[in-house]
Amino acid sequence: MSRPEIEVRGLHKSFGDNEVLRGIDLEIRQGEVVCVIGPSGSGKSTLLRCVNLLEEPTKGQVFVGGTEVTDPDVDIDAVRRRIGMVFQQFNLFPHLSVTENLTLPQRRVLRRDKATAARTAAENLARVGLAEKADAYPASLSGGQQQRVAIARALAMGPEVMLFDEPTSALDPELVGDVLAVMRMLAREGMTMMVVTHEMTFAREVADRVVFMDGGVIVEDGSPDQVIGAPRHERTRHFLSRLLDPAMADVEEETSDQVGKSEA
Amino acid sequence: MTDTDTPLQPKKKGLTRRQKRTLSRGVQYAVFAAAVIAFAATADWGRLQNQFAQADIAKQMFPDVITLALKNTVLYTLSGFVVGLVLGMVIALMRLSSVGPYRWLAGVYIEIFRGLPALLIFIFVGVAVPLAFPGTEIPGGTYGKVALALGLVSAAYMAETIRAGIQAVPKGQMEAARSLGFSPAKAMISIIIPQAFRIILPPLTNELVLLFKDSSLVLFLGVTLEERELSKFGRDLASTTANSTPILVAGLCYLLVTIPLSFVVRRMETKAQEAIR
Ligand SMILES: Nc1ncnc2c1ncn2[C@@H]1O[C@H](COP(=O)(O)OP(=O)(O)O)[C@@H](O)[C@H]1O
Ligand SMILES: [Mg+2]
Repeated sequence: MSRPEIEVRGLHKSFGDNEVLRGIDLEIRQGEVVCVIGPSGSGKSTLLRCVNLLEEPTKGQVFVGGTEVTDPDVDIDAVRRRIGMVFQQFNLFPHLSVTENLTLPQRRVLRRDKATAARTAAENLARVGLAEKADAYPASLSGGQQQRVAIARALAMGPEVMLFDEPTSALDPELVGDVLAVMRMLAREGMTMMVVTHEMTFAREVADRVVFMDGGVIVEDGSPDQVIGAPRHERTRHFLSRLLDPAMADVEEETSDQVGKSEA
Repeated sequence: MTDTDTPLQPKKKGLTRRQKRTLSRGVQYAVFAAAVIAFAATADWGRLQNQFAQADIAKQMFPDVITLALKNTVLYTLSGFVVGLVLGMVIALMRLSSVGPYRWLAGVYIEIFRGLPALLIFIFVGVAVPLAFPGTEIPGGTYGKVALALGLVSAAYMAETIRAGIQAVPKGQMEAARSLGFSPAKAMISIIIPQAFRIILPPLTNELVLLFKDSSLVLFLGVTLEERELSKFGRDLASTTANSTPILVAGLCYLLVTIPLSFVVRRMETKAQEAIR
């Protein structure tokens, strides 16, 4: 078995006194799709952001493609070129057209020539089904289209790994499907993907593994059928029951443990 | 419901709201008219015209007032603006730097140069700098000195404006750029600063209007005939002709530029407002 594409070892992350990640160990093999689920504030985004070092871990190691990301001497810009990231809020560059959103990073970061960058941009826009929006500006696109452009922008850099942080959470429900379809296509093509999501159907159908996080630790890690279908832990069951049928949830006491790490 | 029969009727005693409003507006118009009449009656129109609006003196100012004085004013303003913009950008980036001493130095600069009258800075550049560094010439002669003085004045304001603009760009933009592999400097140059400048275009243009007026302080540097700008030109002519018409003409030349510029700023501001909605 080859070494894992993403490897997280003993990862801790604190914001001041708030310990958000309390020892995370995780391995993701090449071509594997791992969905990370868990309640708001459990540290899912922070874990994802530690993988490409948008957050600096307090303790522990992260390896991507065999390179230690957490090594203080690593060329982090070079590592990040191999890791695509898709954000909840899309974060397209609003002052650039759709095509320029895809070509500028290739030109500035990868130093590709104009023609190559343009060709790669066109190919990737076509992959996400937005070839005809090449000259549009982000503000004129729907949320679903913006998110697909954001995915195309990341793909144009030729990443080995893709990170998704709740890519459909900011979308109107009828637009979610288009984005999930693109992600499903990527998974089929063998992209290594780490996806924070609340889309349980997507997790069930596409994920090779589902990881349930709560309170800064991984509570459960297994196949979708096991974690979603037959969760071993009470916390997982509880979370899933509230997620799958929010109308049935009881009013809960806020425990002091949750206070201060709600909102995310 | 006992008061169903009263509500829509005007009250018998006192004024209704509408009557009060009409009265109030009437009083305001009356005051305004009285002030205009008083001014018109007390001013000596003959002497005013004699002193400020002599057609032959005005005629005699052309074309030099445009080809020399206005041209120099514009040149001084633009060169000062460019120096201020570059210096302001450097100071803004220092202010946002992670290196403590840079932040501190930028803060000190901003506090000092925002707190000083522009006039003092002109005198400082014209007199103190040549004295303190004997033998060194500020390149470009008077033009260089003016560019430096106006640049020093405006850099402090522009630095604060630019910093605010950079901070107004959403954090996600820097994160997206970094996650694509941009270095912090590259992300700043190709992603953040272009967006910041769209946000701060109106205040920067306002700064241009202020500089346009401040260029009149060149007066205190001592300039040759060829280097005169509008204010100096107008004042010189006013004293040789013993008449104030040149001052009025010079003033109109300023307004010729500042009013359209202000109009452009207001247009940009309303456009930006609409874009937010
Ligand atoms: N930059 C930050 N500074 C301080 N606290 C943060 C920061 N980012 C996240 N947190 C805190 O970390 C906790 C976990 O956040 P997050 O990883 O976003 O959770 P999730 O994505 O699972 O909802 C929250 O309590 C949040 O307030
Ligand atoms: Mg999150």
